[in-house]
Amino acid sequence: MKTQTSYALETKSVIKTYQSESGSINAVNDVSLQVKPGEFVALVGPSGSGKTTMLSILAALLKPTNGQVLLDGEDLAEMGDKERVIMRREKIGFTFQANNLVPYLTAVENVELMLRLNNKLDKVGKLRARELLSRLGLSERLHNLPGQLSGGQQQRVAIARALIHNPSLVLADEPTASLDTERAYQVVQTFASLIHEQNRAGIMVTHDLRMCEYTDRVLFMQDGNLVRSYTSKAEIMELARGGVH
Amino acid sequence: MRQIFSISTYLAIKEIWRNRGRFLLVSLVIALITLLVLFIAALGEGLGNGNREYLSKLNAELIVFQEKSDFLIQASRLGKDRLAQIRRVDGVADSGLFGTANATLVFNDETEPLKIALLGIEPGHVGEPPVLEGTQLSTDLARETIIDKNTAIRTNLQVGDLLTVRVTQGTRDEFYELRVSGISDGQQFALQPTIFVPFYTWDRIRPKSEAELNASNLVANVVLVKLENPSQLELVQQRLETQVDKIETATKIETIQALPGYSAQQSTLNTQGGFTLFIGILVIGGFFQIQILQKVAQIGVLKAIGTANPAVAISSIIQITLVTLIGVLIGGLFTFMFSLFFPPTVPIVFNGTTSAIAIVALILIGPLGGLVSIRYAVRIEPLKALGLSS
Ligand SMILES: Nc1ncnc2c1ncn2[C@@H]1O[C@H](COP(=O)(O)OP(=O)(O)O)[C@@H](O)[C@H]1O
Ligand SMILES: [Mg+2]
Repeated sequence: MKTQTSYALETKSVIKTYQSESGSINAVNDVSLQVKPGEFVALVGPSGSGKTTMLSILAALLKPTNGQVLLDGEDLAEMGDKERVIMRREKIGFTFQANNLVPYLTAVENVELMLRLNNKLDKVGKLRARELLSRLGLSERLHNLPGQLSGGQQQRVAIARALIHNPSLVLADEPTASLDTERAYQVVQTFASLIHEQNRAGIMVTHDLRMCEYTDRVLFMQDGNLVRSYTSKAEIMELARGGVH
Repeated sequence: MRQIFSISTYLAIKEIWRNRGRFLLVSLVIALITLLVLFIAALGEGLGNGNREYLSKLNAELIVFQEKSDFLIQASRLGKDRLAQIRRVDGVADSGLFGTANATLVFNDETEPLKIALLGIEPGHVGEPPVLEGTQLSTDLARETIIDKNTAIRTNLQVGDLLTVRVTQGTRDEFYELRVSGISDGQQFALQPTIFVPFYTWDRIRPKSEAELNASNLVANVVLVKLENPSQLELVQQRLETQVDKIETATKIETIQALPGYSAQQSTLNTQGGFTLFIGILVIGGFFQIQILQKVAQIGVLKAIGTANPAVAISSIIQITLVTLIGVLIGGLFTFMFSLFFPPTVPIVFNGTTSAIAIVALILIGPLGGLVSIRYAVRIEPLKALGLSS
């Protein structure tokens, strides 16, 4: 079922309920949001507010208890496991907090893996992988294994992997968690400019408000709800200057 | 499907290559297990062969024993009168007396004395092995012998040579000279190299007790029977048992199974081989399980970015199979090299079928051992990549 929309990603009243001994809790409670192509959105909020859960749902890793998740008009919430695997490899790009890369593949192999999975690794693809890595400052590190790269370098390889297959949606979970401030700024800045350039919808979960500086919109979550949205440049800069949440 | 296979192969081989030291170590352990299993199998084959070689090559279908001898050749006694009765039974094409004894070959030169099985057979009848060199035995009374290849190798005796047999008769050591008329292929009996002599000669030169020295009747151990039509085995067996007094009959296989210690020895060695294989399964299983436990996050990431579950499983299977194959290959090569340096006296025989069965079993231990870890890998949730689990 395809719904025509100008959004790359749109959620409608998404609810995720967890059962625990003390009863059930809504980790995500009625969240509706829209992200356009070329828009970079930050998802922030205190620990336990439901960010990771929300991201997992957007990533087609977790099924919501209720609601719709439309990626290019297709509802992830209605899909079976196999379809979701295909969505993940064709339409979504990921960077994770840690252990991002396949340890036995070199930087360029890790990036190419995304194309391999999609059966699209050809000469052009190989060239693009190298270009993208160079763009991210890794032209000297193409053939290094993840173990030979610093945390920031690994994170940048992961960004290249998240973008190489031209996904509609790019998701980043705490991409700066293991980086020092300067590296963190660099990584997020490059990430933002690539998302803008390549016209992807980007969502980054972070607890470091300073990283919001490069985003177009900040969504603030609390207790599973979207409680505030910062949209103007001025608001966002003010939030970012406020420092770590 | 081809896509899944190519991505699994790619991941499996990259991982092995980038961790080749670790994987090689496991392959070497498998190589050692292979070496052990193949040697146990070869030893089983060698010992079994040493026990049964003469009987299994024998061109007879039935062996006639004295009744209640439990199919033990050495315990059975059959007089010459029984042979005449057996020959008259319908369906019997040929029969021959067979007697067994132990003796020692002694030499004038430096050659070590050699313990042999001294087998009495009737020239021209079933029981006499075909010679590869020289001629068959000429007459019932000839002072001739056919020696088997094992005897020939260990003594350097040639066709035409004279050999000396030492036996104890009564209280005295007696020496008998025999001319080697022919050399047969390997015909071991009771784990000993063999020499064959005409039955009457055998009766004269075999070891005897004081009492036997004075007795005059001719006694064999068993009578070997060749059938006109091997498909009539049971029918002729029945006829024999009704028409001939005080006998029982056994097939070749039954006789081999009843050889002293034969079954016990074979089952001991089979059990050892089985246990070694089992240890192999545990080693592989343990290694890959530990691997998987260390790789949970990494497999989670692979699944999160869109690697299908079958691809993860196939990748594991390819790895396990490859590591096992390499191990078995190395082990096979080691075994082959070692076997070149084994003296002929060591009862080790690499039989094609037995080795093939062992190798198939060895190749199967990988996937069997890895089953648990493959199942585990398939069950890893992609959410692990986000540090979550549902
Ligand atoms: N698998 C789960 N089972 C039960 N409760 C969970 C599970 N995962 C998360 N939660 C709960 O859901 C809420 C949101 O968690 P999470 O999405 O991890 O928040 P955040 O990433 O913002 O820290 C928390 O109260 C957490 O305890
Ligand atoms: Mg979280």
